[in-house]
Amino acid sequence: MSQQIDSIKSYVLVFLSLIGLTLLTTGVAFVDLGAFNTVVALAIAASKMLLVILFFMQVRHSGGLVRVVILAGFFWFALLVAFTMSDYGTRSWTPTPVPWSSMAPPTHP
Amino acid sequence: MADHVNLEHATGMAHQFENLDQQQDADMLGIWLFLVTEIMFFGGVFASYAIYRWFYLPAFEGGSHILDIRLGATNTIVLLGSSLTMALSVRSAQTGNRRATVMFLILTMILGGAFLGIKGVEYHQKFVEHIVPSLDWAPEGKVLAELAPGGLQHAELYFIFYFAMTGLHALHMIIGMGLLLWLVLRARKGAFTPHYFAPVEVVGLYWHFVDIVWIFLFPLLYLIGGRY
Repeated sequence: MSQQIDSIKSYVLVFLSLIGLTLLTTGVAFVDLGAFNTVVALAIAASKMLLVILFFMQVRHSGGLVRVVILAGFFWFALLVAFTMSDYGTRSWTPTPVPWSSMAPPTHP
Repeated sequence: MADHVNLEHATGMAHQFENLDQQQDADMLGIWLFLVTEIMFFGGVFASYAIYRWFYLPAFEGGSHILDIRLGATNTIVLLGSSLTMALSVRSAQTGNRRATVMFLILTMILGGAFLGIKGVEYHQKFVEHIVPSLDWAPEGKVLAELAPGGLQHAELYFIFYFAMTGLHALHMIIGMGLLLWLVLRARKGAFTPHYFAPVEVVGLYWHFVDIVWIFLFPLLYLIGGRY
């Protein structure tokens, strides 16, 4: 069995870091950073996620196959967001074509 | 032959595997593949949330300001605590401490229950304030003043996202609580040993995943636009 047993102390330290980051993200919400409020909130959430994945979910002891599966999951999620956003974000760039049904019927000479 | 079957049963190894290591690898790959489908499941909701937040940001800010940030932060800490006890439960199973495994599983259930209780208080508050989309949507007074600038229809959309996202998350929690109960019953009977505790580990990974979903839901729902 390739199981690694981490110390209770390391689990508690990770937990305390997570609590600290939660208090930090709550505190930052009361400070006006403009558009960076969202950036900071997401960066803190991503750090918390990494702590949970690496330590609580023990991915730092996991093999390559599991890591590839996880990265593939996040990559597919990134594709989902990127392509959806590029669609909605660029719809106003080109004129909306007039539907054929509202056009006058073609006239023949 | 009978001895052979009993041995398999005792170690918790299914007959299709060569050895426990192989079974362990298959278990881990399986639960992670399931969690990836969960990323895509929640991912669709998160992606549509992102689009509508982008379109109707003022309405989403107004809706976010109605939520109780203290309850949200408290629930985050409660859920992180449950992840700690879950991780410690897995660790206790690794070291073969049955009593600690059961105790940490029960603690995890208690914290999970506390989370759902606080969530229930918040849901109740939404009914009191009449900001439940379609069922009871008639904001008034201060709430109305907060929601009106962004457009009431779009604020209702925010609350549809609020209930859909937290509701899906709570549903996952309730399923997780059922799995934890099942683990407690099995662990009490001594079904897990330092060589075989995959069910504890698999449920643990699921529980941590649900925690991660909330780690993102908290800033995305409660902290939009800031409180300054």
